[in-house]
Amino acid sequence: MTLELSRLHRRFAGFQALDDVSLSIAPGEFLALLGPSGSGKTTLLRILAGLDYPDSGSVLNDGENFLAQPARERRIGMVFQHYALFRHLTVIENIAFGLRVRPWRSRPSRGEIRARVDRLLRRVQLEGLGKRFPAQLSGGQRQRVALARALAVEPDMLLLDEPFGALDAQVRVTLRRWLRQLHEELELTTVFVTHDQEEALELADRVAVMNQGRIEQVGTPEVIYQQPATPFVCEFIGKVNRFNVKRGSQGFAAGAWTPEFDPWQGRFSEAIVYVRPEQLRLAAPASQPAWEARLRHIYLAGSVAHLDLHVASLDLSLEADIASEDLSRLGLQAGMELRVAPRGAILFPLDRDGRPLSAERWIWQARSPVPA
Amino acid sequence: MTVPLRSRPVAWPRRVLHAVLIALALVFLLLFLVMPLATVFVEAFRQGVAPYLDSIRQPEALSAIKLTLLVAVLAVPLNVLFGIAAAWAMTRFQFRGKALLGALIDLPFSVSPVVSGLVYVLLFGAQGWFGPWLDSHGIKIIFAVPALVLATIFVTLPFVARELIPLMQAQGSEEEEAARVLGASAWQMFFRVTLPNIRWALLYGVLLCNARAMGEFGAVSVVSGHIRGLTTTMPLEVEMRYNEYEYVGAFAVASLLALLALVTLAVKSLLEWRYGDEIAAHAPGGH
Repeated sequence: MTLELSRLHRRFAGFQALDDVSLSIAPGEFLALLGPSGSGKTTLLRILAGLDYPDSGSVLNDGENFLAQPARERRIGMVFQHYALFRHLTVIENIAFGLRVRPWRSRPSRGEIRARVDRLLRRVQLEGLGKRFPAQLSGGQRQRVALARALAVEPDMLLLDEPFGALDAQVRVTLRRWLRQLHEELELTTVFVTHDQEEALELADRVAVMNQGRIEQVGTPEVIYQQPATPFVCEFIGKVNRFNVKRGSQGFAAGAWTPEFDPWQGRFSEAIVYVRPEQLRLAAPASQPAWEARLRHIYLAGSVAHLDLHVASLDLSLEADIASEDLSRLGLQAGMELRVAPRGAILFPLDRDGRPLSAERWIWQARSPVPA
Repeated sequence: MTVPLRSRPVAWPRRVLHAVLIALALVFLLLFLVMPLATVFVEAFRQGVAPYLDSIRQPEALSAIKLTLLVAVLAVPLNVLFGIAAAWAMTRFQFRGKALLGALIDLPFSVSPVVSGLVYVLLFGAQGWFGPWLDSHGIKIIFAVPALVLATIFVTLPFVARELIPLMQAQGSEEEEAARVLGASAWQMFFRVTLPNIRWALLYGVLLCNARAMGEFGAVSVVSGHIRGLTTTMPLEVEMRYNEYEYVGAFAVASLLALLALVTLAVKSLLEWRYGDEIAAHAPGGH
C-alpha cells in the first residue's frame, strides 16, 4: 500500500495539532515521525489508524480514499504507547482478540487461531507466558504482546506510538534492534512515533521531523543529520553548537573564523551558525584561522568524551565530542588552551527581523579537512 | 542473624489517647448504629416469632414487599443504562455543557427527596402541567406505580454513574481504541472490553442503587398517595403501621429492610475487599 497524505489540518481547542502536513509513505518502508511533544506526530498516527480525523486534507491509499474507511477495516496493526493490553484477558486471548472479533465467515477456526497465536508467541519470544495476564508481565514483555496482537490480524501496515517510551534504557536498545530485524523479515510498512532522535535515526529508513504541527524535513537519517533543512532540525537532532556571525568588510566572520565564499552575495548581513560537536577541530595548525579556546572541563561518557570549551574573545561556550582514546593521544587536560576551528557548519541567514530563512541554507565545509 | 521486628514502643500517654479515641468511636457506633438496629429486631420479635410472621404475611405487607421489588426491578436496570451512558459521555467525549451534565448527575444528591417527589406531582398531578392531558387520556401516574418508579429513578440516578465515571476516567480509552483498530465492532468493543473492565464497579453501583431504591421514603411518600395494598412500598408501610400503633407489624417490615441493609453491607464489603482497586475509591456521597 502506498499512502499519500496531503495537506492535512487538524485543530483541537486552541491548538493546531497538524498544520498543512503532506507526506507519502512507500510500501515496506520504515518511517519515523520524530518531534517533541505537541508536535502533532501522534495525531498524525491516530489519523492513519482511523482513531481521529483531519479537519481538512486527504489520505489516499493506492489512489483510494483511506479516510472513508473506518478503523476496523483499514487492516492496520497498532501498538499503543502504554500498550493498551486488555487487562482482563490472558496473553493468548489478547493476541487472538483481533481474530475472534471477525464475522464468522472470515473468522479462522479455533485450531487455526490457536496455531497462529502459538506462532506469534514464538516470534515475540514469549512461549510459556501465554496464560499470564498483562499485569504479570514486565514492560518489555507487554510491548511484545502488544506487537504480537497487532501482527495477528496480518495487517498491511504497522503503527507504533512511542514503542519504547516506557522501557528502561537496556531493554529499549535490545527491543529496538529486534524490531528492526522483525521489520526486515516481514517487510511490513511501519510508521512509528518517537521523540527520541537517536531511536529514529537508528531504526528508520526515513525520518519525518515534526514541529508545531508541521513537517520540517523528511529524509534518510543521513540527510536529516548531515543536511538539516531548518534551524529546528539542527537543534532537535543531535547536539549542536549555535552562534551568530556578522558580515564585515571581509565577508562573514566570528572572531578568527571566517567561512569563505558567500553564497548569498552580500544579501544578508547576519547569519546563524550550527556546528556539531564532532565537527569541531581541536588543535588546529597555526596555518589555519582558529579560535583560542580554554578547555574548561572534560566529561568522560564511556567511549565518547564531551569537552566544554570557552572562546574568551567571543564569550562563546562550545561543546566538542571526541573519542575517549583520543584524549591521551592529543594530551588534553582541563585548563589548557587550544586552537579550535569548525570543519563544517550549517548557516541560515537572518532577515531584517532576525528570523532565520530556511530556504537559504548554506552547508559550509572547511576547504581541506584534516583529521582531528 | 535476623533481629525480630518489634513495633516501636508507644509511650503510655499516647496509648491512653489511642484507647480513649477508640472507645469514643465504639460508644458512638453502639449508641447511634448498633442499638437502633438491634431495637428494630427486638421490637419486631417482642411478642414472639408467630406474631412476627403473621404481620409479614398480611396482604398489605406482602403487597408492599412486591411493590418494593417491582420498583427496584424497574428503577435499577434503567439506572444502569443511564449510568453507563452518562459515564461513557462524561469520560469518552468532549462536548459543550459537560460540566453541566456532571452537575446534573449529582443534583439528586443535593436536592431533598421531598422536593424530588413534589416535582413529579407538579408535573403529572391533577393540577400539574401534564395533569389534564394525562387525565383525558386515562393515564394515571401520580398516586400510582409509575410515579413511584419515576421518583425512585430520580433519587437513585447518581449511584451507577458516580461509581463508573472515576474508574472509566482512570482507565482511559486506549483499550477501546485498540479493540477498534483490531477490528471489533462497537458492540464487540463494549461487551468484550469496556464491560469486563467496569464490571465490579458496576455491580457495586447497582448494589448501592438497589439499597436506596428499596429504602427510599421521602420522594416516594410524596407521590404515593398512601393507598394501602396498591401504592405503599415497604418504607411507607412501616410508617403507616407505626402511626396506627401497630408496633410489631411496623418493626417486622422494618426488620426486612434492615436485613436488606445488612446484606448490602456484607456484599459491599466483600466487593471492596476483593476488587477494591477496580472500584472507585470514594463511594457516592450524599445520604
